[in-house]
Amino acid sequence: MTQHRRSFLFAAALAASAQFGGIGLAFADTTLVSVSYDPTRELYKAFNDAFAARWKADTGETVTIRQSHGGSGAQARAVIDGLDADVVTLALESDINAIVEKTHKINPDWRGRLPNNSAPYTSTIVFLVRKGNPKGINDWGDLVKDGVEIITPNPKTSGGARWNYLAAWAWAWNQSGGDEAKVKEFIGKLFQHVPVLDTGARGSTLSFAQKGLGDVLLAWENEAYLVLDEFGADQFDIVAPPTSILAEPPVAVVDANVDAKGTRKVAEAYLNYLYSAEGQTLIAKNHYRPFKPDLVPAADLPKLPDIKLITIDDPVFGGWKKAQPYHFGDGGVFDQIYKPAQ
Amino acid sequence: MADVTLTPGAGFRRGTASPVTERPAVRLALMLVAFAFLLVFLVLPLVVVFGEAFAKGWGAAAATLAEPDTLAAIRLTLMVAAIAVPLNLVFGVAAAWAIAKFEFKGKAFLITLIDLPFSVSPVISGLVYVLLFGAGSLLGPWLKAHGVEILFAVPGIVLATVFVTFPFIARELIPLMQAQGTGDEEAALSLGASGWQTFRHVTLPNIRWGLLYGVLLCNARAMGEFGAVSVVSGHIRGLTNTMPLHIEILYNEYNIAGAFAVSTLLAGLALVTLGLKSLLEYRYGDELAATGHN
Amino acid sequence: MSLAGAAGWRFSKPSVVPGFGLTLGFSLAYLTLIILIPLAALLLRSASLGWPQFWAIATDARVLHALKLSFGASLLAALVNVVFGTVVAWVLVRYRFPGRRVIDAIVDLPFALPTAVAGIALTTLYAPRGWIGAIFAPLGVKIAYTPLGIVIALVFIGLPFVVRTVQPVMEEIDREVEEAAATLGAGRAQTLLRVLLPGLAPAITTGFALAFARAVGEYGSVIFIAGNLPLKTEIAPLLIVIKLEEYNYAGATAIAAIMLAISFAMLFVINLLQSWSRRRYG
Repeated sequence: MTQHRRSFLFAAALAASAQFGGIGLAFADTTLVSVSYDPTRELYKAFNDAFAARWKADTGETVTIRQSHGGSGAQARAVIDGLDADVVTLALESDINAIVEKTHKINPDWRGRLPNNSAPYTSTIVFLVRKGNPKGINDWGDLVKDGVEIITPNPKTSGGARWNYLAAWAWAWNQSGGDEAKVKEFIGKLFQHVPVLDTGARGSTLSFAQKGLGDVLLAWENEAYLVLDEFGADQFDIVAPPTSILAEPPVAVVDANVDAKGTRKVAEAYLNYLYSAEGQTLIAKNHYRPFKPDLVPAADLPKLPDIKLITIDDPVFGGWKKAQPYHFGDGGVFDQIYKPAQ
Repeated sequence: MADVTLTPGAGFRRGTASPVTERPAVRLALMLVAFAFLLVFLVLPLVVVFGEAFAKGWGAAAATLAEPDTLAAIRLTLMVAAIAVPLNLVFGVAAAWAIAKFEFKGKAFLITLIDLPFSVSPVISGLVYVLLFGAGSLLGPWLKAHGVEILFAVPGIVLATVFVTFPFIARELIPLMQAQGTGDEEAALSLGASGWQTFRHVTLPNIRWGLLYGVLLCNARAMGEFGAVSVVSGHIRGLTNTMPLHIEILYNEYNIAGAFAVSTLLAGLALVTLGLKSLLEYRYGDELAATGHN
Repeated sequence: MSLAGAAGWRFSKPSVVPGFGLTLGFSLAYLTLIILIPLAALLLRSASLGWPQFWAIATDARVLHALKLSFGASLLAALVNVVFGTVVAWVLVRYRFPGRRVIDAIVDLPFALPTAVAGIALTTLYAPRGWIGAIFAPLGVKIAYTPLGIVIALVFIGLPFVVRTVQPVMEEIDREVEEAAATLGAGRAQTLLRVLLPGLAPAITTGFALAFARAVGEYGSVIFIAGNLPLKTEIAPLLIVIKLEEYNYAGATAIAAIMLAISFAMLFVINLLQSWSRRRYG
């Protein structure tokens, strides 16, 4: 046996693993880590560029924004476990509250530090149906008609799905005059019409739009418009139910992290910029409902339908701190009423 | 002992009458079964991946691949594999040597411990490091105070990858070395070879294909791991996103063609080692068959 | 291996082959650092629950159903892989045909593709509108979003384990043994079953154990094709994720610990059987 044959194996093994390369670390004056939930990708892509340009113009400093997206709960957990986020922009107030409670890295008064309970935009839940609305779905009650298949993500794993659930709950609550037994029956029935529970909002959207599952998708309003942009407006219609829920995705500076890194000034400027005319315009362009629509040029303000919106602070729910464990906690209402269809 | 290994197909020109192969009808049937199975389970999914990748033309796929964030993800994935695979290679050979060449108490237990990472859900493989190094753990505050970044940085991603690919090489080698026994090594030693010489000149040639398969699988899995890495990565674009995580991002941005294009590239990269193996087989196959090895 | 049974208890049997202490020592140290300490952290966390809570999680109807589904589907998928994986390995090792190297290459595909991509591709194929799903839909057979879909994803995930553990051992088979058997009058089928199969059995069992173990924990590909309906198509790893979403680390680690214990027990039994059969027949 020759020498080169004996060593060919090691050579092969080394060659296989010698795929070296450095990480692309971009060094900048300041780096801001922004941790967000899933459907905001398009918004923050545009917003980060706009903010970096504005910051450069105002201060002469270069700021690099490192953006992270994921499920709202998973993102909050990463921050709790030590991800050095400067700002968090999440789907649910309860996810920021979790960071407050478990790490004290965010000041408990965070909701009062920015206008509108620290929510620079709002959104709501609408129905996305197949073109022409063949199943005639116009209100929440229509969802449980025979033969209707509903696509929604799993409220246990998706922030968006919790808004879907709560919107349906609010409708049923008004409908039944506050009879909780009837509300539960309706929600239980609604979920029997769900053939697939994806773990995230985007997964559900793709199940509905790409794989052709189901008759109606319960979706964020901005997500529904995005589907029209991405998959073609000739395939789907957006149906605005008469009532829905007011979703207020909140933002906060992670105090402990910005103080440790010395980035408080730029982090606060970043969140404040969301409330500026430019920020609000970008928000509107991405189909969210801006907090201050009067700052947005009329051309960029989409004509979003009028929906009677119920807030999470409505007595029906009593705020996130109460609603989260009551409805979605382990053994909570959703766990109790969920029965698979046969 | 299996002293003489003939490269399959080289030693025997099998006619229908050969005693060491099946009848043509049986061969055909077996081949058809294998092909049908592979078609349904492997080829069709691959076709879907390719189809989606190039659904919008080569341009769209190439544009995604050229993005800085994609390039950063590719570099990170290669680097993580380049650290994780050699680590597990050394472990795999050492563990297989101890387990296959010796009889000792608790061997089945040890093998089971080595298998364990396979059965741990990827979500948990990442979570264990969060529990160990996270801000809420015992070690977390100390690491933070000393500026050691493990989670949401490269070391965490490497650790999660090492965990997930831990058993591959060992598990590939153990059955092979057990089947070979210790006869060759004992002979070499009795002829005066040192332990290291015996390993290099006797054992290594005997296990070369198994070792190569092991490296191959370990490498492929190291590059493709999603769940565990997802938990410890932090998903920061251009910084801690590996290729699988970047694919998820692209998919979630409705850049489906881009997501599948990166998947295609990832599959290609992971299979680079296989091309290498084929090349070596081709290059040395005849020689091996002609001489056997000792 | 012909070592006489040692008199009295001894940790290891004496051997002329060197390096036992070094290799075993290194292996144990590495194993402890990478696997055992992190898993100990996991078990410690689940132990923080206390027995009654732990038991409540373990016996919860949804958890039980998910565990049954995860282990049942994994067992089925591993069995499918044992049969077809062995055939594939045999065809790849013994037969020569055009495109063999390409087929050899794609066997590793399930490792190379991120599990999520695999899940999406498989769902695209097996959904009612997909190429394969459309064939079965008129027959009233639903594949995607049913337990069957889960099995399909797990077969995909586990296939390389069987092929790649069996393949090297097949390549090492000494043809002389087959010739001898044939010379002694054994038919081909007899040679395969009586002579070759016992030699391959350890590798096949290992492949089975690994494919099974891998399938039990699989998450990424399954969640796309499963449908994730509680009490129907909800797998145990998804329950772990759900607990994590509730910031319930202890609950998540409890389910993980249960899965780990069951997997460990099953793997241990398989490995014991293997050692035993090797000592007896090896």
